[in-house]
Amino acid sequence: MEALVASAIGIMTAAGIYLILRLRTFPVVLGMAMLSYAVNIFLFATGRLAVNMPPILEHAGVNTPGYTDPMPQALVLTAIVISFGMTAVVVMLSLGAFIEAGNDRIDLGDEEKTK
Amino acid sequence: MMGHWIIAPVVLPAFLAPLIVLWMRFDLRTQRVFSVAGMVALLALALTLAASASLNPPEVYRLGNWEAPFGIVLVLDRLSALMLVLTSALGLAVVLYAIGSGWDKRGWHFHSLMQFQMMGINGAFLTGDAFNLFVFFEVLLIASYGLMIHAGGEARLKAGVQYVVYNLAGSTLFLFALGTIYSVTGTLNMADLAQKVAQMPASETGLLRVGAVLLMLVFAVKAALVPFQFWLPATYTNAPGPVAALFAIMTKVGVYAIIRVYTLVFPAGGTIGFLAQEVLMPAALVSLVIGMVGVLGARDMGRTVAYSVIGSVGTMMLAFSQFDQNAAAAGLYYMVHSTLAAAALFLIVDLVRERRGAAGLRLVPVRPIKNAGLLAGMFFAGAIAMAGMPPLSGFLGKLMILDATRGNWLIWGTILVTSLIAIVGFGRAGSMVFWKAHAAEGVPPEASRDASSPGLAFTAAGGLLAGLVALTVLAGPATDWLRATAAQIYTPQAYIGAVMDGAYDRAWSATSGHEGAHGAAADADADHAAEPETGH
Repeated sequence: MEALVASAIGIMTAAGIYLILRLRTFPVVLGMAMLSYAVNIFLFATGRLAVNMPPILEHAGVNTPGYTDPMPQALVLTAIVISFGMTAVVVMLSLGAFIEAGNDRIDLGDEEKTK
Repeated sequence: MMGHWIIAPVVLPAFLAPLIVLWMRFDLRTQRVFSVAGMVALLALALTLAASASLNPPEVYRLGNWEAPFGIVLVLDRLSALMLVLTSALGLAVVLYAIGSGWDKRGWHFHSLMQFQMMGINGAFLTGDAFNLFVFFEVLLIASYGLMIHAGGEARLKAGVQYVVYNLAGSTLFLFALGTIYSVTGTLNMADLAQKVAQMPASETGLLRVGAVLLMLVFAVKAALVPFQFWLPATYTNAPGPVAALFAIMTKVGVYAIIRVYTLVFPAGGTIGFLAQEVLMPAALVSLVIGMVGVLGARDMGRTVAYSVIGSVGTMMLAFSQFDQNAAAAGLYYMVHSTLAAAALFLIVDLVRERRGAAGLRLVPVRPIKNAGLLAGMFFAGAIAMAGMPPLSGFLGKLMILDATRGNWLIWGTILVTSLIAIVGFGRAGSMVFWKAHAAEGVPPEASRDASSPGLAFTAAGGLLAGLVALTVLAGPATDWLRATAAQIYTPQAYIGAVMDGAYDRAWSATSGHEGAHGAAADADADHAAEPETGH
């Protein structure tokens, strides 16, 4: 399972980095989304991977089968909410830029020179 | 002791911002009144907190009264109080300028975004929890995205997209760094982290070092240290003038985070050795060179100032990367100075842009603009401060940094040569815009129409310059205060003790007391009996 999760994070990160280096806004937005998925799974895995364990330490402590760390789950919830909001912002912004400029290039390019 | 007041710099703007959006949306005058009143109240609060912090040891505010490693804490110490004062003073000047120049009516929600921005910045300076720092970074960034594209326009929106994408990538990196550190230490409270990291055997710190360097990269993106400075010139040049002035504090958020984390959690010579110093020193040197060469090479006045911000971040990071108390005091003085100087210059440059009409800020001679004499004088003063010439505080700041790094010829040479380059760069920009104007042909440019009260705009920019003069005149007391601040930064035990001392005991007695209140005393007893077996 570790290998599966690790390679999923790795592949998604690689794809995300490739996409945010593109010159058009649409792939860049997709790349950002991809990167945020990768980091969310990464955060989730930082409490170690435990299947079918409760996220709480039962009190006696003698016969408990173990537990899964609840902290990364709280962190990843926060991160999901924030990255979702940020993706919405970047979509709106790039739409705005596309409508104003008539193209979806990331570069400032031409208007820099004439300015 | 400040008690609940510690959270007020976060709560007050968090309360005002939605109020401005929901209640005063269509009434600009009420918005302005509340915005200015909020900024004045914030400044008063920050000054009170700073007065308290300079008399007391670091003070902790536990959100919801949860004990430290389990809940989030805010910590007020001299460094965070200093940053709060700087932020609110800058915020007040920026709001006054935006009102005076009419920038706040060129788009929607300027004032509420300003309040959200203040909330995020203040929170980032106060928090004692690394994940909470991430959250406040996001708060201040999302407000800054809105401010950056205020009033719209093609170039601004395109620069805005770049800025947002760059910072989103930075935030993702921040999460990767926090995840790595959490997986090694099992905590994200900074004081708790400091204790756990110090206990770690040096042979098992591979992952921790990765986390520490990732975190450094994130803060370097925020602080615009080379090689992460690419977002800064386009953003600052295309942002509205007052917003660019406010962004002068944004790079300092990164600098603050570097100081905080690499003196508290990863102190030099501690578990990860001198890693931070080895990474920061060269980055700071190159930033300084690139920034000041950029000042000379820039083809418009906005970029001149934007590059000087990169240069000044390099200068102060040179001081902080010594990880030594004297150098840190000098760096703090220079940080206060360069924030005020950069903000003043951005406001002055915006005043010039408003008066040059179609020519914008390009370094070409145009017929003399309105208020040319006054603006030239103000730019002159700001440029002197930024380049580090006497008599203003830039000179004193650089002198102190040189004094603290005595014997290091590389640093001395770089600072002195780049200062000369900056002087030439600013001289070129100023003489092209203000002096050559008298020889230019054509009609005088038309000033922009909607400045509601130019006097107020000049007062705001002049107020920041007056702050520089005050910093110069009161350099003695200011330096004493900053020395004590640097001393506090380099005795992290006080900070750690304030957060962590007795925290586990208090947490334990709180839980058992709670259960006892519900009449489950037997249960609580059983818990106590079972305590050794749960194996902490």
